[in-house]
Amino acid sequence: MPGHVFHPGHEELHGITVVLNDPAGRTFVGRYHELGPRGVVLHDVAIHDPATTDLDRAEWLIRQRRFGVQVTQRLAVVPIADSQPIQRLADHG
Amino acid sequence: MPYDERLVGPMRAELTRLGITELKTVAEVDAKLGDPRGTQLLFVNSVCGCAAGAARPAMALALRHQVRPQALLTVFAGQDVDAAARARSYFADYQPSSPSIALLKDGEVVYFLHRYQIEGRGPDAIAADLKAAFDQHCTA
Repeated sequence: MPGHVFHPGHEELHGITVVLNDPAGRTFVGRYHELGPRGVVLHDVAIHDPATTDLDRAEWLIRQRRFGVQVTQRLAVVPIADSQPIQRLADHG
Repeated sequence: MPYDERLVGPMRAELTRLGITELKTVAEVDAKLGDPRGTQLLFVNSVCGCAAGAARPAMALALRHQVRPQALLTVFAGQDVDAAARARSYFADYQPSSPSIALLKDGEVVYFLHRYQIEGRGPDAIAADLKAAFDQHCTA
């Protein structure tokens, strides 16, 4: 069944790995599920928290792109500002 | 939990009919990837309809290219669990994702197509990336 998509009716970004920032300055990379009332629901999520790592955000993103998403959480809900663009990891950098 | 083989079988066949050798056991993986001579492509197959549903046709398109890896291999993530884990151990620096495609040359990863680079793209675009990698790494 080449080209078959199992998830019809979802948002355009459903199933796409995206990069998001929350108001606390953390960066999330994960697979977009949906935009809910509390924020964007992501699956299989890697998180960069400047409060807990010395690794620069830009360098961290380069690593995610080169070696793949280093998943630390299966699910995250990320509150985002309405104005925040949602960028695909594939288009980042 | 593995999916019903009646669902998965056609997804396996979509690759094996291209001449790609499916590795279903740890021993089969070691026999191929443990002998890292030349160029080896490993397709980590997946039931994911969105990404794998584009990656498999992309593989078919890419293999029409004149330049190809010497060995064409596949494991099925989530189905042949031990074999997939063993295969991933040969490129442990890379995070597990499926579908994904690794190209190795003499045992070293020279190109890796992650799932995030497959999502939302059509087979033609994915195949173009693969053919460029073949041109770069699989010529003498």
